Amino acid sequence: VSPDPATAPAGTAPAAPPDRAIPGSGEFKRHILIVLVMDKPGVLNRVASLMRARNFNIDSLAVSRTDKDHISRMTLTLHGDDVAVEQAAKQLYRLIDVLKVQDVTQDQVVEHELALIKVRATDGNRAEVIKIVELYKGAIVDISAESVIVEAHGTETEIDALVALLRSYGIKELVRTGATVMLRGAGSIEEALRL
Amino acid sequence: MGTSGPGATNLVTAIGTAQLDSVPMVALTGNVAAPLLGKDAFQEIDITGITLPMTKHNYLVRNADDIPRVVAEAFYIAKTGRPGPVHVDFTKDALQAETRAEHPSLDEIIAGLPGFRPTFEGHPKQLRTAAREIAAARRPLILAGHGVLIAEAWDDLRAFAEKAQIPVAWSLLGIGAMDEEHPLAYGYMGMHGWKHVNRAIQSADLIIAIGMRFDDRVTGSVKTYAPYARIIHADIDPAEIGKNVAVEVPIVGDAKNVLVGLTRLVHAVDPKDSAVYFDQLKTWREESLASSWHGSGRSDILTADHVVERIGELTDHIATYVADVGQNQMWLARYTKFRRPHSHISSGGLGTMGFAVPAAMGAALGNPGAETWAVCGDGGFQMTSQELMTLAADRIPVKIALLDNKKLGMIRQWQELVYAGNYHSSHLPGPDFIKLAEAYGIPAFKVSEPNEVDAAIRAAQSVDGPALIWFEIEQEQNVYPMMPAGKGLSDLIEQRGPEE
Repeated sequence: VSPDPATAPAGTAPAAPPDRAIPGSGEFKRHILIVLVMDKPGVLNRVASLMRARNFNIDSLAVSRTDKDHISRMTLTLHGDDVAVEQAAKQLYRLIDVLKVQDVTQDQVVEHELALIKVRATDGNRAEVIKIVELYKGAIVDISAESVIVEAHGTETEIDALVALLRSYGIKELVRTGATVMLRGAGSIEEALRL
Repeated sequence: MGTSGPGATNLVTAIGTAQLDSVPMVALTGNVAAPLLGKDAFQEIDITGITLPMTKHNYLVRNADDIPRVVAEAFYIAKTGRPGPVHVDFTKDALQAETRAEHPSLDEIIAGLPGFRPTFEGHPKQLRTAAREIAAARRPLILAGHGVLIAEAWDDLRAFAEKAQIPVAWSLLGIGAMDEEHPLAYGYMGMHGWKHVNRAIQSADLIIAIGMRFDDRVTGSVKTYAPYARIIHADIDPAEIGKNVAVEVPIVGDAKNVLVGLTRLVHAVDPKDSAVYFDQLKTWREESLASSWHGSGRSDILTADHVVERIGELTDHIATYVADVGQNQMWLARYTKFRRPHSHISSGGLGTMGFAVPAAMGAALGNPGAETWAVCGDGGFQMTSQELMTLAADRIPVKIALLDNKKLGMIRQWQELVYAGNYHSSHLPGPDFIKLAEAYGIPAFKVSEPNEVDAAIRAAQSVDGPALIWFEIEQEQNVYPMMPAGKGLSDLIEQRGPEE
């Protein structure tokens, strides 16, 4: 009756069962969370503190107001397995100021990130740099004798690719906003809020 | 309540204790005047920054007009859903200003907190799935946690267990959820739980966890935890489900609603149909109770388990028993036998030494109808023994059972069993505790022999007001069984090696 090897009749004890899976031990991949929060002082601190305390590493975080009073929006990317990221989302929900958390990793989204890249460029190679930037639908927004500032936008991977190309010319400075994301179609995370 | 700076930081341990044990608490602190914030003013500390990660929510109030709303929200948040601590820090100028702001209504409070909507009702589909799992199970076991007590669902737990004929085990904070005399009450589980309970978990084919969180002290190594079991996990906090242990049937909801719902859906089971299972459990329990680590088996030395057993017996098992942390806590949990909900109070999550006496004062004031016992070791007692002043000043009728082994006993036990007898800082040459208590005007009794125990307990009971009993217990008694850190529920150390 009992599968407990200690009590099963001799010779009938089943093989030891497989180990129980540890939550968070699955395949790591990039996740994108949209987090709608109350626009109150300290709310960013609460989100950041929670992610740190719960041992999640934020890859990027973009924060802004929405068109609704008192509501701010964060786009947060992190790496983890599905269970761990779900746990992160559930922990975020425990914050009183958090209204909505949605993992849009599997959804059809528009993803945009803005980057400013200050690249070493002189009379000798400036044309080359400009050509690369044009191919990536970027723009030159500042020129000096020894450098240009490139403005680039696109998905994280597109910007990664451009940065990799420009690295050979010498990147003097780089700033990225982090991903901002919106679901395609007419649905609205904001309108779905029940306040 | 605390003043700014050090007064506020002294609350931090208590707030953390409340956070980990889901205790509703509102902590109020003062701070410097708003214009001085951020200037490193006298007794200024960023206390909301400190309490932020260890509270359910916290506030810094700079404007008197906000005080009624914030205080109302604080109490609402602390008590609603999964309880927890809320901290409100007030600037001095906000506290001293006048305001005409009014206390909000409950509807206004709720409307002002759109991000706070706990789920109370278990999802009907999940409840039906759980009921199907229960019908199919042959060795089901209920694990009752603090959530059952918080939801005041002890009657519902009993009704569910009786209808489905499922034995009940409990976590440290779930003690009291089931009358220990009930035939389906199986026992206290986990690191220092009963061996028969841990065996039942390790052989169960279905675990029904209600209002508990699979703490590491409950599971040990998750890899080898309950290897044959499918798990139904009901908790009001969705973040607890799947956090430590992957489960087959998650149910988000208040323990009471979930238990009522499940009771309605499960089939009534005739205990005769589960006779093989119950016979097995009974055999395990008898083996477990008979084995040598239940007490010392010696009548000539004063052992801790004997003391707490007698305290339980002489209080009919229905007093309020407040544990400190360490060996005393485990002895109390194992041997006192609790027959009333909320009869047991313990710092489980944070394990805050020094908890017993101050918490017992609160328990005695909160439930004056129940006799209140603080059971502590000499280490924990001396961490907050200055509270004897409050105890004496307000004549709060707490009886203190001080189990003095002149050690940080649990630390000593680990140093013996895990660190090869490499003792360090675990011996405590304490004071004469009779003199200490009497210095505060608190009657005190000393017990060094087993045959003095009952008389001292009765003497303390007959004191009108606080009293202390100094039990000079065996100095090197260990708590067995013990699950070593990192090991599983099947890897219990049951006694000292053969040289003892």
